[in-house]
Amino acid sequence: MIDIGLGHYLGLSSVIFTIGVVGIFLNRKNVIVLLMSIELILIAVNINLVSFSVYLQDIAGQVFTMFVLTVAAAEAAIGLAILVVFFRNKGSIHVDDINSLKG
Amino acid sequence: MSYILVFAPLFGFLTTIFFGKLLGDRLSQILTSSLVLISSLISFYYFYGFVFNNYQPFKHLIFNWVTSEELVLNWSIYIDQLTSIMLVIINFISLLVHIYSIEYMNHDNSKPRFMSYLSLFTFAMIMLVSADNFLQLFFGWEGVGLASYLLIGFWYNKDSANKAAIKAFIVNRVGDFGLAIGIFLIYKYFGSLNYSDVFENINSLSSYKINILNINGNLLSFITFFLFIGAMGKSAQIFLHTWLPDAMEGPTPVSALIHAATMVTAGIFLVVRCSPLFENSVIILNFITIIGASTALYAATVALVQNDIKRVIAYSTCSQLGYMFVATGLGAYHIAIFHLFTHAFFKALLFLGAGSVIHSLSDEQDMRKMGGLWKKIPFTYVFMIIGTLAITGFPFLSGYYSKDAIIEATYYSQNKYAGYAVFTCVFTAILTSIYSWRLIIKTFHGNFQNSNLNFDNIKDSGLCIFIPLFVLAIGALFCGMVFRDVLVGDNYINYWKNSIFYSEIYSLKHPPIWFIVLTPLLSTLAIPLSIYLFLKNKKIINDLKTRHEPLYKFLLNKWYFDEFYSFLLVNPIKKIGNYLWQIGDVFIIDGFGPNGFAKITRFFSNQAVKFQSGYLYHYAFVMLIFLSIFLTIVLI
Repeated sequence: MIDIGLGHYLGLSSVIFTIGVVGIFLNRKNVIVLLMSIELILIAVNINLVSFSVYLQDIAGQVFTMFVLTVAAAEAAIGLAILVVFFRNKGSIHVDDINSLKG
Repeated sequence: MSYILVFAPLFGFLTTIFFGKLLGDRLSQILTSSLVLISSLISFYYFYGFVFNNYQPFKHLIFNWVTSEELVLNWSIYIDQLTSIMLVIINFISLLVHIYSIEYMNHDNSKPRFMSYLSLFTFAMIMLVSADNFLQLFFGWEGVGLASYLLIGFWYNKDSANKAAIKAFIVNRVGDFGLAIGIFLIYKYFGSLNYSDVFENINSLSSYKINILNINGNLLSFITFFLFIGAMGKSAQIFLHTWLPDAMEGPTPVSALIHAATMVTAGIFLVVRCSPLFENSVIILNFITIIGASTALYAATVALVQNDIKRVIAYSTCSQLGYMFVATGLGAYHIAIFHLFTHAFFKALLFLGAGSVIHSLSDEQDMRKMGGLWKKIPFTYVFMIIGTLAITGFPFLSGYYSKDAIIEATYYSQNKYAGYAVFTCVFTAILTSIYSWRLIIKTFHGNFQNSNLNFDNIKDSGLCIFIPLFVLAIGALFCGMVFRDVLVGDNYINYWKNSIFYSEIYSLKHPPIWFIVLTPLLSTLAIPLSIYLFLKNKKIINDLKTRHEPLYKFLLNKWYFDEFYSFLLVNPIKKIGNYLWQIGDVFIIDGFGPNGFAKITRFFSNQAVKFQSGYLYHYAFVMLIFLSIFLTIVLI
């Protein structure tokens, strides 16, 4: 058995982060996937915070994680609400249709 | 009181130009006319004072205008004998023209504008004559030029009127350039522009030599030469006269006020005002005599064959201005002003009479389309006859006294060119008589020639035209007789005092009796002659026309002055202007300047627009890329 140390946690978190970021770029389907990717990024950050908190014996990191989770929940709620309104207006949540910022 | 005199017309101008719509036509006509009435009453009061009560010249300060180290110029009202007589002419003629315009312009849509321009002109002219320094004179000089421009181009939807206005303005610019140089020279060498300072220091500079463009000469000769160039432009002397006949495009009251009675005499006023300068440079006085005499002769020959009733009178004005310059050139300044004074009456009468004819004929100005009108418009006919008699110098009318005074002055003058002046003045007097009577005969006698108008419907003009004509006719009949003793009589110096400078006491000898009788006799004899030529036996004239076709064409085309100027100046300048416009301005300056920058900016912004794809993941990608770059830089 190998010892599971800090390095493994950090490795996990960076893998999750990368999946999140790549999800944002490669996703051509719908906006919900975008939201999920953002959640993944935040989760990766949380794993980082918790693992460093344990490693450094400092409870502040875990407290911070609680805040991040709260904000993430709120953000997900607002994001979904926006999504519903957007769907009502446009009739679609396809990412390729969202290009009204085009100059 | 002098403040009211000056500012009443200005107030009239400002009120009617800004609130003309609000006041309505009738009210603005009454307002401007009554304000000018006030001014003219005050100027009569001053004139009366100078004649009978022995007033002294006085100066009222309005405010300090320019102060720059030793250059101190005031805006002030300076009234002396010379100014007071000019003020009478300006305000009185202006008043009559204001009244006349009420009826003459009754078909026009912008009466308040017209009245306000007339008031503006009156104000600027008062500024000009009441100046006590050269700069204020220049201000008035340009002010009357502006008013003249506005009034010539009053009917701005008429192409010819616009062209005439521009022409008047530009030709005057040539003269004004001369005047400006004269003023610069005065400031440079006298160190002041106030009349009193300049005239007091003449003796110390009278033999000072300067060099301009490699021409050595007396300072005063240069100054007076340039001042005279200014006077030539304003007073339409030969070479700079071309604008005056074209200025007849303006409404007739304007021609009477500006281009006959007042503005064009500003040149004479300038020369007389600067008599201390002119008296010290004999060369320029000779030059003035020659120019004046040539203009008198030239304009009279051209007036012989013109067909437009107003143009004939315009050339006649030109010719009479020539007479006045002859008088100033001979040093007889008071006679020049006297002729200016009487001329204002009879020439305004002729113009307003012609205007009345034009008004009755629904704006027809061509004399070939008139004739036989005396039965229909008897009052105008009588007034025109009076004006014509006065201008031709019929005995005991006003023109007789003033014009013969000039001719007598030429006879005894010591001037080198007096012989030329005598000859041209007498000859021009005969020509004047012939063309003036030609005008009367063509307009009022013979058969009616215009098929577009019904002869029976022609009516004489109404009261507002009648009154000014009547007053002017009284002036044309009697003002010569009444004011002769005061202004040019044996004791003329009692009136003029120091307002005019004579280097030697002007001789009062009278020429022999045959010479005194000669001119009136000849010009009176010209009456039956012209009746015979133009009415009874037209064959002779037609014969002359066909036999001397080139000469006739030469006169009809005004000695080809306009063509000559277009060839020599106007066309080359137009070409240069076109070149500079197309190549210099449009291609080089615009191409590399504003338009070039605009093009470059547009190119880069078009490129930058492509960056904004509108897809979320592109923005996110860019953000990430730059975040990584930023972090890399910070961490390393």
